[in-house]
Amino acid sequence: MTLLSVRDLEVRHGLLRAVRGVSFDIGAGETVAFVGANGAGKTTLLRAIAGAHLPLDGRIEFANEDVTSLPSFRRVRSGIALVPEGRRLFGDLSVTENLLLGRSAGNRGTWTLDSVFDALPQLQPIRRSLAKNLSGGQQQAVAIGRALLTNPRLLLLDEISLGLSPVAVDLVYAAVAKLIAAGTTIIFVEQNLDRAISVADRMICMLEGSVVLEGPAKELTRPQITDAYFGLGASRSGGAH
Amino acid sequence: MIWIGQIFQGMLLGGYYALIACGLSFMFSVMGVINLAHGSFAVLAAFALWAIAEYAGLSPFLGWLIILPGMALLGVDFQRLILDRSTRAGFLIPVLSTFGLSICIDNSLFERFGADTRSLAPYIGDLSYDSWELADGVFVGKLAVYIFLAAIVLLGGLQLFLSRTHLGRSIRATAVDRDTVGLLGIDASRVNSCAAAIAMVTVSIAGAALAMRATFDPYAGAPQLLFAFEAAVIGGTGSLWGTLVGGLALGVAQSVGAQINPQGFLIAGHAVFLVVLIARASFDRVFDAWRAVILPKARAS
Repeated sequence: MTLLSVRDLEVRHGLLRAVRGVSFDIGAGETVAFVGANGAGKTTLLRAIAGAHLPLDGRIEFANEDVTSLPSFRRVRSGIALVPEGRRLFGDLSVTENLLLGRSAGNRGTWTLDSVFDALPQLQPIRRSLAKNLSGGQQQAVAIGRALLTNPRLLLLDEISLGLSPVAVDLVYAAVAKLIAAGTTIIFVEQNLDRAISVADRMICMLEGSVVLEGPAKELTRPQITDAYFGLGASRSGGAH
Repeated sequence: MIWIGQIFQGMLLGGYYALIACGLSFMFSVMGVINLAHGSFAVLAAFALWAIAEYAGLSPFLGWLIILPGMALLGVDFQRLILDRSTRAGFLIPVLSTFGLSICIDNSLFERFGADTRSLAPYIGDLSYDSWELADGVFVGKLAVYIFLAAIVLLGGLQLFLSRTHLGRSIRATAVDRDTVGLLGIDASRVNSCAAAIAMVTVSIAGAALAMRATFDPYAGAPQLLFAFEAAVIGGTGSLWGTLVGGLALGVAQSVGAQINPQGFLIAGHAVFLVVLIARASFDRVFDAWRAVILPKARAS
């Protein structure tokens, strides 16, 4: 069953066309990785799906409803949650207070404060600490937990390993593995290609705002992905002539 | 004995300053808005209470219950029509637009009510002059004590509300990062409207206190704003309890100053304000220097 359907999406930052006519479908329970160089439009695409950045043109359907013009807080209520790039925690609020804000959406489901602490055990001992005093990995875990408390049907993860130590990245992805096992639909943006290939069912490569390669993670080869990543496909085929 | 009495009166006066500073401090520390129309809103509430008492013959306490929803709605409109738009244009624009609004309020009140000085004192019976004798020669006014208690309850209640309730947390989070609270399902403009409504309810209490304990006229807003500002700044903008401390410091300074010299009331208050301001700035500088010089050395050794 298709959970999210994006058609001819066009998102701009002023005059810059950050996302150019992108279309794709995400099935329920799928894990899809978006890869691409910096500035390829991945973050903008996720923000447009979450409603933080309204698109100029195109259509976004979620669970068979048109959500294209809904503001972000309404999309959260219908089940789309974004863990934003840079985590965006509220530094003067404690870990628990940050997590509780996720309940604002009012969606009931399996995720409660207790189940989040179970899934992210590294948060248990620091529940009273202020978010600004945490390490990067701890902050990332809070950001994920906060998004989970909105009880999303679709979870968008934007560069959750950015700026983290390798150990912290492992911890964060251990939590993601639990979510995937629980059947959560996940779209994630990841710079680390090996990590993306090992976690995702499907890969979508973006280049300069457009989708240039799409396929099951197991079938795509590394050279194929890196070519798409750097936009070498066109020049190579050009060189063959 | 006279000094103890003066310090006591100063603390009670400080309670009143904390009460009028409450809404200002709440708006600044929580919503990041400097509301220069704060004093004018308090005087507007005072006039509303006076009109209800004068024309409808209702007691100011009943009148306050009547104006309460009105002030809350005024807060919502204030947020939607002025603050929401002006904060988008940067930090300075709300200062200018609320200053303009204060001029509009003051002059509309002047046009409607004229230059006469009014007070709610005639409508609250002997509460306006009743007092308790604490010790030989030390009297405290009942009204002043009630205002002091109201300040403590209001500031404490707001502090608890902000830290313990869901709406309180949402208000704090929305002030920091509007974009991100949207991603958590919080309607930022609704939350800001609630915060403005709460601020305006505290302003109505401040206006009632102003009108009962003293006199007011259409242009009484500016001095109220000044005292509220001084109390908020002396107390620091971190917490609402600080505002209470700031109000007390200002009130005690004024009373003690008046005891030293009859002209000393305002001067002593402003002097304390300036001393705290300068002391805080130099303390920050000393602290920065300490961090820059001492810490690297300590780390190197």
